Amino acid sequence: MPRFRQTSEILKLMERKDNIRNIGIIAHIDHGKTTLTDSLLAEAGLLSPKLAGEARALDYLEEEQKRGITIKTANISLLHEYGGEPYVVNLIDTPGHVDFTGKVTRALRAIDGCVVVVDAVEEVMVQTETVTRQALAERVRPVLFINKVDRLIRELRLTLDEIQSKLVRIIRDFNSLIDLYGEPDVKDDWKVDLTKGSVAFGSALHRWGFTLEIAQRRGLRFKDVINAYQGEGWESLKEVVPLHVAILDMVVKHLPNPVKAQRHRLPKVWTGDLDSEIGRAMERCDDNGPTIMCITMAQVDPHAGLVATGRLFSGSVREGDQVYLVNARKDYRVQQVSMYMGAFREVVDRIVAGNITALLGLDLARAGETLVDASHKDVMVPFERIKYVSEPVITIAIEPKHPRDLPKLVDIMHRLSIEDPNLVTTIDKETGEYLLSGMGELHLEIACKFLQDYGGGLEIVTSKPLVVYRESVQGRGVIAMAKSPNKHNRFWVQVEPLEEKVVSMIESGKIAEEMGRRRVGEILREECDWPVDEARNVWSIEEHKNVFIDLTKGVQYLHEAKDMAISGFRWACKAGVFCEEPLRGVKVKLMDAQLHEDPVHRGPAQIMPAIRRAIFGSFLTAKPALLEPIYRIGVSVPAQWLGDVMSLITRRRGRIVSSEPKGPLTMVDGYIPVAETFGLSSEMRSATSGRAFWQCTFDHWEKAPENVALEVIKSIRERKGLPLELPRPERFIDEA
Amino acid sequence: MGELTFIGLGLFDEGGISIRGLKEMRKADSIFIELYTSLMPGLSINRLKLMAKKEITIVSREILEEGSGRPLLEAAKAGKAVLLVPGDPLIATTHVALLVQAKRMGLRTRIIHGASIVSAAMGLSGLHNYKFGRSVTIPFPDGGFLSETPYVVIEGNKRLGLHTLCFLDIRVDERRYMTIYDGLRILMELERRKGRAVITMDSLVVGIARAGSDDPVVKAGFLEDVLSYDFGGPPHTLIFPGDLHFTEAEALAVLAGAPKSIMRSIK
Repeated sequence: MPRFRQTSEILKLMERKDNIRNIGIIAHIDHGKTTLTDSLLAEAGLLSPKLAGEARALDYLEEEQKRGITIKTANISLLHEYGGEPYVVNLIDTPGHVDFTGKVTRALRAIDGCVVVVDAVEEVMVQTETVTRQALAERVRPVLFINKVDRLIRELRLTLDEIQSKLVRIIRDFNSLIDLYGEPDVKDDWKVDLTKGSVAFGSALHRWGFTLEIAQRRGLRFKDVINAYQGEGWESLKEVVPLHVAILDMVVKHLPNPVKAQRHRLPKVWTGDLDSEIGRAMERCDDNGPTIMCITMAQVDPHAGLVATGRLFSGSVREGDQVYLVNARKDYRVQQVSMYMGAFREVVDRIVAGNITALLGLDLARAGETLVDASHKDVMVPFERIKYVSEPVITIAIEPKHPRDLPKLVDIMHRLSIEDPNLVTTIDKETGEYLLSGMGELHLEIACKFLQDYGGGLEIVTSKPLVVYRESVQGRGVIAMAKSPNKHNRFWVQVEPLEEKVVSMIESGKIAEEMGRRRVGEILREECDWPVDEARNVWSIEEHKNVFIDLTKGVQYLHEAKDMAISGFRWACKAGVFCEEPLRGVKVKLMDAQLHEDPVHRGPAQIMPAIRRAIFGSFLTAKPALLEPIYRIGVSVPAQWLGDVMSLITRRRGRIVSSEPKGPLTMVDGYIPVAETFGLSSEMRSATSGRAFWQCTFDHWEKAPENVALEVIKSIRERKGLPLELPRPERFIDEA
Repeated sequence: MGELTFIGLGLFDEGGISIRGLKEMRKADSIFIELYTSLMPGLSINRLKLMAKKEITIVSREILEEGSGRPLLEAAKAGKAVLLVPGDPLIATTHVALLVQAKRMGLRTRIIHGASIVSAAMGLSGLHNYKFGRSVTIPFPDGGFLSETPYVVIEGNKRLGLHTLCFLDIRVDERRYMTIYDGLRILMELERRKGRAVITMDSLVVGIARAGSDDPVVKAGFLEDVLSYDFGGPPHTLIFPGDLHFTEAEALAVLAGAPKSIMRSIK
């Protein structure tokens, strides 16, 4: 098979759906995902010659190479021959670091199957579980690659029996994840199985690997591998059992082609009517159907402008096509169509359904956007909003060292937030500060590095990281009445806790304001047992998981005040009464209203503050609580330091959920408040002589203990220049 | 016992205050003035101070609304306080809330009237005040909040054959005063959205500028002509006449330069 193929050949192949696989590689950090990708890149076909020599071609950003971790998503198409047939494997590179889980989730939308890499020494870890769970939730089928087998032999010097029982344990643990998180109808079929060839062992570093099938075909026994490492023979392993063959064989044999996958996955990734024209076309992955593409990534290329990458679920796309972005509600003409090869895009005439493509000219495209050809814009139902698992929990303030660089900083911050939706950039209007919120210290550190690099050495000054909190209620508040500033409009509002189930439905995108009031009402009534009048009248679903419901009856002019009232609600949700942190999980009910006759006396300057005050008044009587972000923490540590690690976590208000020995290491699993993790890494290092490996992922919001909450509120109020004393409800509730 | 007196300043400049108002102002222990509910282009606080022979404190919307007029009420508790208000103090403003509050606090309250844009506009147009229906303000469509109430009010009045007086939004703090042109454009946008032929190019419209000044402008005509008419500086007011009595039609033609053809529409 020739190493390099003409683009035209590949394009022809892309039309044969049976011969396409869209996959990703997912793994716990440092389990070898990038090394595996590199070896696939280096050995498999379809790589342009100019790239072949470059190591770690996917890590094209200098930043990634310096840190040795992958933080930008990139795509590549590979060619693989299996059973005499050529296959195109579209490989989406997903970041392995836990702080960027949002990107993993995003990429999952475009892929049908994944190779999960597990380090043979460390075995299944926290992040293996997280990413596998996410993949299963999106109906992405996994195969397993157990990496770093060479270290079991060379470093740990395990016997053949010990190695085998370790490998069996990894497979068992991995299958129990599938059992736990897989969907009932497929999970038994999806479990990986040595005998079926859906598990491979090997060393990505030394570029060898095999499935049982390959080993049998080649007459290779595990003993031979051990022997090879005891002598000099290991170097020839990559000739005997090349890794890319093992991996790509698994991919082609076990992971579904787009036709099969779309039929199975479409109900999960798309909420529209499967019996409609567009539904049927996507189910069939029809090249001649309407053009429908789910954009999974938007990047800003300094030369080309915005590059929108995504998967075509139906139809085809060519340069010059008239298309429509559903969420942006804008018509566009596609300026360029390309496919990926490593970091580079190869311009092509046309890409067809079931493949990954990159388009130029769609400046408002963002990850999660739905693209459709202009003639179907009225009938298209957008893909669900992408489900983000993580929320930004840490914020820093950024300013340029030289004030003249401010416009540049603003520009680059904007670019960053386009590329990484998990980064939130805001401008504090009061202080004029530029705030960057992310999912962890490292996430922000890397974002700052990008700011500097994109800005050509832009010098910035950052504040120390601050934890983001939420304000919520635990009981039902009074019906609070507040008047507008001119005293001519009155609103009666009551707040109460929003059911956990509804919060998670907002989080998962199962209900969203854009779906329309009717659809939201149906879901709330049927699945959450909401009373009809509440379910039917949801005015607003706010991003911090709060809901605004209209329970008034026949109030004159309310339809004109509605949008202003919603703005007032959003204002209150964005900055609560405790310390101007966002509200979370609050159900706000508008019980009644009285409005002035003349529109000028019931404008936004009157309605918005009145609604906000009424919300605050009721909030303060509803058993208010401060919520703090909690990380899930996973530590692997040699047993002798176990006690130190556990006491370190509990001392910082953490709690241990489990600790389980895995070979020489013990895996500690627990929860710790984000606020308590600053400085954790140096303390962890010194307590364990640097032998603990650990990481944190945002897990959930939890009520902060009262004494902690009061301290936090006080310090935030101080920082924000608010009066130190907490306001009393009377300040916001007016007498009738 | 404390006292709070609302004094109307009338129209355009300090000359609009009544002699009774002037006397009360001079007797007051403390004088406040609010300037956000209306625009008096010719008003000079200095000249007003000379007339009052006292200091005058300007109170902002924040103090009167969000602060519930606290400094005023404090002053009224201590002695005799007056609040100067452009126009007539309780017409087209929201000061009644303050009046009620003062009464509740047991203060003596009084109102000394001034000329109002309501009567001035009616008078300048020559239309019968008996035949005006609900009045309405056309607000600036800020932040995308476009009120349809003006459209609905004009429509409702028209159906009953009544005239509509439209106040035009002013934002004194932002130095923004809606012109007749702006107001008509907003109504035309509402017409585009609602499409009930309430505001058309041949709707009869009366535009009034600077009522109460030495050079008021009154122009009646079809919307299309009024739209392009130069009314000069603020403040502006609009009237949408309903059915016309012959004396009204005559007045519009003679006083406001309406086209003769309107005489035909008399019922």
